[in-house]
Amino acid sequence: MKAVITILAVVALASVPLWLRDPYLLNALITTGIFVIGAMSLNLLLGFTGQLSLGHIAFFGIGAYVSALTSLGFDVGLPGGFRVVHEPWPPIIGLVFAILAAGLCGYFVGLLSFRVRGAYFVIVTISFAEVVRLVALNWVELTQGPLALTNIPSIALPLPGLSELTLRTKMQNYYLVLVVALIAYLLIARLVRSHFGRAMRGLMENETLAVSVGIDVTKTLTLAAVISAAIAGAAGSLYAHYIRIIDPEVFAFINTVTMVIMVISGGKGSLAGPVVGGLIFGLLPVALRPVMAPEAQWIAYGGVLMAILFVLPRGIVPSLAQRLTRRRSGAKALALTETGVEERA
Amino acid sequence: MAQRHSRRIAGYSGTALSEFLQHMVNMLVLGGTYALLGIGLTLIFGIMNVVNFTHGVLYTFGAYITFIVVQQFGLNFFLALPVAVLAGWLLGAAIELTLLRPLRGSDIDTTMLVMIGAWIAMQSGTLWIWGGVAKSVATPFPDAPLVVGPVSVSWLRLFVLAAAALLIVVTYLLINKTSLGRAMRATFQDHDTASLMGVNVDMIYTSTFAIGSSLAAAAGALLGPVYVIFPQMGDLAAVKAFAIVILGGLGNITGAVIGGFILALAEELGAGYVSSGYRDAMGFLIIIAVLIFKPTGLFARAERVG
Repeated sequence: MKAVITILAVVALASVPLWLRDPYLLNALITTGIFVIGAMSLNLLLGFTGQLSLGHIAFFGIGAYVSALTSLGFDVGLPGGFRVVHEPWPPIIGLVFAILAAGLCGYFVGLLSFRVRGAYFVIVTISFAEVVRLVALNWVELTQGPLALTNIPSIALPLPGLSELTLRTKMQNYYLVLVVALIAYLLIARLVRSHFGRAMRGLMENETLAVSVGIDVTKTLTLAAVISAAIAGAAGSLYAHYIRIIDPEVFAFINTVTMVIMVISGGKGSLAGPVVGGLIFGLLPVALRPVMAPEAQWIAYGGVLMAILFVLPRGIVPSLAQRLTRRRSGAKALALTETGVEERA
Repeated sequence: MAQRHSRRIAGYSGTALSEFLQHMVNMLVLGGTYALLGIGLTLIFGIMNVVNFTHGVLYTFGAYITFIVVQQFGLNFFLALPVAVLAGWLLGAAIELTLLRPLRGSDIDTTMLVMIGAWIAMQSGTLWIWGGVAKSVATPFPDAPLVVGPVSVSWLRLFVLAAAALLIVVTYLLINKTSLGRAMRATFQDHDTASLMGVNVDMIYTSTFAIGSSLAAAAGALLGPVYVIFPQMGDLAAVKAFAIVILGGLGNITGAVIGGFILALAEELGAGYVSSGYRDAMGFLIIIAVLIFKPTGLFARAERVG
């Protein structure tokens, strides 16, 4: 049943560019798709280990900058009179480097910040993202600072036996994002169902008990952070090569908040949650644009976030799934459990 | 040759000294307002266990109150501060009653996200009402600064320092010498026991949030006229407040005051001797360093969360 829904959803998403000709909407779908990948990676941390990373955009942005710089090349002086000169490499290698670099950053952040939990973990991750943003803003020789890195090349796929296929059109980029999103989804799904996934969940539910049965806390959490950061880095790389211009504003806190909203509204700890929440919140600005001023849109955005937390604190997908299973398990049990008790959530 | 060389060094160290003194004076002025921000947040964080993302918006709100009072209504500049404190108090109480009270007992992540939603909505509201163009406030102080030896400081900044010091003392007395303050401290230590001893914990939470918010608004009302006023000004202020709270330890008012001055010192020295572009990075680096090496804060008495 679940597999059928997944396949139907993929087919539906794959058919979109065939009937949707509006470039503005297609563009909105592509950027939404990229952010959905980011939200899925955030969900791996937030939903399956219970750690709220509010600096998640740092990994996304690092991926974007690493990928852009790999494909653009740079010439930068280091303290001590060294110079590092890098010739432009193909963007596809940039994507690989983006994944590696973001994963490495995830390793260090994971290692350092899992010493502190809860609110403190949140604040460490925010600080990390802001420091990275300030470096991107001030290390002008490498990043061009606020002038932005421009003319980032589009991703080119080396096809076996054929010449390279450079992904320039919106339709090509749409399918690229869809494929990467699908890979990320399947990877996370596989991971969550593995032994490692059960260890993560065990830690989230009851850390003391998990430790007592031999789960290594630091190793599990750090590995989750590395994988999560690497996926976010891949999303950042896609973003850089699609938008083709990157400036320090990519690290803006509001971008992390967007991902968090996607995860929370869709349902943290549910695989489909970030996808559903991501599509809703990614496309909400498009739907609101004709009827509202941009500032009012953001007010609505904040309002909807609060409303979801009050009305559906567990998120859309888990609440719907619960309702469906309850209906199927028979009206008798339903009548027994629900008499007199108002169902919340 | 050697003589000329040594004179140049002496001359250089003379400017270096006056530069350093100037940084110290700036540090005092900044530190006072940072301390206000930090006290407000440490009270809310410590007593209510709420990661208050609206703290920065309240700071912005206070600055806009000054703008309204002085520029839009043309009233006396000195009236702006008390109005901002009162408005911050009311807005804080309203946020607590409508958003936080219904969520009491939810986990810390849920309340934090609701606070983020409120922050986005309120900041966008500010942008909608007043636009994104930075505003400045005319002050009654003379343009010429007060010059003492090598150091010059504007009269406005002196007023900011004096007002901040006054508010810090008032808050200290409120927490340590009044029955409300005693109830707040009891709630901080153990809210169940405090509740059993007849403390109205709901009322304490509302008062705490209102007082914390009014201090943030006061900080904004004081620093707003020094710089310029714009809707996003509170974002950095909020993170700085978190840095101060982490430095000083949760719920520790003295720690927050010292933390405010340490952050101001780090920023002044960082901007003066490293690079002015990294001034705002100091707060974040302090947060990361403190949480790695001494997660309980530098002046910890209280237990940390998480």
